[in-house]
Amino acid sequence: MAIGLPHYLAVGAILLVLGFLGIFLNRKNVIVILMSVELILLSVNLNFVAFSASLGDLAGQVFAMFVLTVAAAEAAIGLAIVVIYFRNTGSIEVEDISTLKG
Amino acid sequence: MITALAFYVFAAVLIASAAMVVTSRNPVHSVLFLILAFFNAAALFLIAGAEFLAMILVIVYVGAVAVLFLFVVMMLDVDFTRMREGFQRYAPAGALVGGILFIELFSLLVWRYFDTGAEEPKAFPAPTNGVNNAEALGRILYTDYVYLFQAAGLVLLVAMIGAIVLTLRERPGTRRQDIAAQIARAGTVNLRSVPSGAGLARIGIERPPAPEEERQAAAGAIAHEGHGGHH
Repeated sequence: MAIGLPHYLAVGAILLVLGFLGIFLNRKNVIVILMSVELILLSVNLNFVAFSASLGDLAGQVFAMFVLTVAAAEAAIGLAIVVIYFRNTGSIEVEDISTLKG
Repeated sequence: MITALAFYVFAAVLIASAAMVVTSRNPVHSVLFLILAFFNAAALFLIAGAEFLAMILVIVYVGAVAVLFLFVVMMLDVDFTRMREGFQRYAPAGALVGGILFIELFSLLVWRYFDTGAEEPKAFPAPTNGVNNAEALGRILYTDYVYLFQAAGLVLLVAMIGAIVLTLRERPGTRRQDIAAQIARAGTVNLRSVPSGAGLARIGIERPPAPEEERQAAAGAIAHEGHGGHH
């Protein structure tokens, strides 16, 4: 069977579900949640590239590049926040981060 | 046929490593499997015909983001007793990731060696009118999407400044150069207004002691001390 758009969309969907699962499943530390966000953005990129290749339009790849940029910036800022949070409280457990709950 | 095989292998490894990322208990293992997932996603990009994005994915994600994750995970690990057990604990996961990557690369090499006339594994017919993917992407990126490109640069700049500002810390007790205090020191630097044409000696401006006098004084002191010690 020839590889086409549905195969890529299936892989992207599975990756997206795994990313969401990682966010909800993980109760230990924040860094794994950030990694799950990276997985979600990777699946989005996969869909963009698949549609771009299937439609023969390069705009999808340009937008995938933009998504990649934003993901890199998000990872840097998120990890910086994690570092200063760890410096202030000494823990990055998800259960402990409930200060704003009131 | 070879396209389908390559796609299924890379997709299976990608999904398996993504599952390992979210289910692994050790965050270092998660990062290692994240690296493997990015490599396999880059391979899927290659099969789809997006060569430039595949290389960008490897460079940016594996080279920068995943290493940043690894750095932060290892820096924030507070369990010192577990850290003291050494590097051996990460060896199986690292060997697994490296082994899978090596098998993928090596199978590609073997396939190329034995089947030199094979077609490229491309899932979609590339609409190339004489240009490759990177050139076509560059042609539209610097013309039609130049504002998007600049916006991406701005996003990266803001992220860089934000990360620096967030993690910069002023420790008490560190000694830094204080330029204002250096300039405001009294008694060491005197400013005089000198009439033009007049030499320094003629108008009697004080000078630092000549180096010869200092050296002679120091030598005399040392000689005197040595003499005294001899006694």
